[in-house]
Amino acid sequence: MTTFFELLISGISLGAVYALIALGFVVIFRATEVVNFAHASLLFAGGYVTALLTDDIGFWAALIVGIAGAAVVGSLVEFLVIRRYRGRDHSVLAIVTIGVDIVLLTDLTRRIGTDVLPLGDPWGDKIVQIGPLAIPETRIAALLTAALVIAVFLLAFRYTSWGVAMRAAAEDREAAALMGVRLGRVSLSAWAVAGALAAIAALFLTVFPTPGLERNTSLVALKAFPAAIIGGLDSTTGALAGGLIVGVTEAMVTGYQDELSFLGRGLGEVAPYLVMLLILLARPAGLFGTRELTRV
Amino acid sequence: MSSRIRIGLIAAGALVLLALPFYVDRFWLQAGLFAMAASIGAIGLNLLTGATGQLSLGHAFFLAVGAYGYCALADIVPTALAAIGAVLVAGAAGGLLSPIAGRLSGAYLGIATLALIFIGQHVLFNASDLTGGYNGRDVPALNIFGLSFDDTETVVLAVPFESMEKLWYAGLLLLAACALFARGVLRGRPGRAMNAIRDHRVAAGVMGVPVARLRAWVFVLSSMYAGLAGVLLALIVQRTTPEYFGFALSLEYLAMIVIGGLGSVAGAVLGAVFVSLLPQLFDRYSESLPLVSASGTGGIAPGEASSYLYGAAVVAVVLFLPGGLVRLGSAATPRALTLRKKEPTDESAPA
Repeated sequence: MTTFFELLISGISLGAVYALIALGFVVIFRATEVVNFAHASLLFAGGYVTALLTDDIGFWAALIVGIAGAAVVGSLVEFLVIRRYRGRDHSVLAIVTIGVDIVLLTDLTRRIGTDVLPLGDPWGDKIVQIGPLAIPETRIAALLTAALVIAVFLLAFRYTSWGVAMRAAAEDREAAALMGVRLGRVSLSAWAVAGALAAIAALFLTVFPTPGLERNTSLVALKAFPAAIIGGLDSTTGALAGGLIVGVTEAMVTGYQDELSFLGRGLGEVAPYLVMLLILLARPAGLFGTRELTRV
Repeated sequence: MSSRIRIGLIAAGALVLLALPFYVDRFWLQAGLFAMAASIGAIGLNLLTGATGQLSLGHAFFLAVGAYGYCALADIVPTALAAIGAVLVAGAAGGLLSPIAGRLSGAYLGIATLALIFIGQHVLFNASDLTGGYNGRDVPALNIFGLSFDDTETVVLAVPFESMEKLWYAGLLLLAACALFARGVLRGRPGRAMNAIRDHRVAAGVMGVPVARLRAWVFVLSSMYAGLAGVLLALIVQRTTPEYFGFALSLEYLAMIVIGGLGSVAGAVLGAVFVSLLPQLFDRYSESLPLVSASGTGGIAPGEASSYLYGAAVVAVVLFLPGGLVRLGSAATPRALTLRKKEPTDESAPA
């Protein structure tokens, strides 16, 4: 039973991190209707900047620069690429982000090579004992940070004028523009916020028990895609739920993989995708996504 | 006049392609064969993503099904049957996904098919009896009616024919058949229905297009194309390893169809040639190119250089050349000009 609760907590903490990534993904989708397949590289870029600077300027400063860096990369993608597209077909824009992803990913993996870059976080591999449960400090930090960031984000989304503009643009772009919402700024800020959220997530994907930032980190980050889809692409609540489902599934399947060994090693990496397929079979728009109501 | 030039060009191109094995060495033949296999796969993906608007990130999975299906089936049946079987297995795998492929579109389908990549890799690494696990497995040479596509030399017109020369002709034949079939599909009723689904799903449904069923069928067809490409790739490389069939390969195929031109057969082939020849060219001429150096020396490796280039090409093509490279070619021919002249009169005609 102890194992179960340990796994549950680490799953929830992991899920909160996935939720951060998925949230950025959903924000971009709502503000610009673009599915951002370059999201994993935004995360990778943020993590890389942090890892690069952490020895010179200290962890916290490096983290802030990393978050800012990812936000800048995100805004640059929006400003240089997405904004230049004149067509109307948003699935073509999704493919453009794939092109951006190829370039960014090639560059970052080339720089990192076979190295494993530690981010120099203050938690290390320390473990906290809560009653019978042994939980790594990093997992607690991840959970608290993610919860805090998500809360701040959701409050901003609800109460600030930025959030109102964002939601108005998502609801009806033309009407929002006529009401004086600057769509360019909305979409630019969406990409910047998504980049910043991804950079925070990058930190917690690369701390203990993971050794550090390496070339496969971006594949780990891809698991935020099923998280966003499970919840429903256009729902912020969905991103949270999806993230938690993916995180808990992964932690549980990895934790109990000895009992599941007949399904092969490394099942934890695949389980989120299987869950996503099952959920899509029952609910094609995800758990909280807006269902299309056209019937013919 | 223009159609005569066209036929002349096609005939000249065909002659050159047929004559190549007599003149160029193994390296170029292999590079060309890679391009042919990629073309077949890209045509399949273009039917799905380009013509029907269904984004798929799982194309590499079906390539893997084709390649490994061939290896596994060749253990029990003659290799020619195994090749056909592998294509059918790939189609069946696509069919299994039809509840999802028929109902979803856009990003949902894209990410759902992303799952295939990871599930596929998991199976390939773990089902080692069938797939050879991490190290992959050797591919048995194809053998049709006593003609074996292995490295035994057959001398044709004083040129020794080894596996690459023989496969070259098989590849050309397959590519031509696949291209013609896809062209037929695109130009006929199904093609128009597919384009209607892409452009306006609801309107297509109103006009009587069975949207879900057609989407599912196109998915199956595209999987079969990928399966065939996989078989051909396996025969060329003569060894299959799981890690080749990863996420990056799916992205490469998407890059091919975007660069070449969405929704057309010629576009798929052009893009496939561009994306698959690029790393080979960089590899061959890495010494004489600025910035590019041989892998492992610290500079930009040939594979990376070509990734930069085709990633950037995807972005550039969508922004500055909607329609892809194929549009670039056709804009220069007189036929396209006359078509363009006609268009305004068609539109201005009273409805």
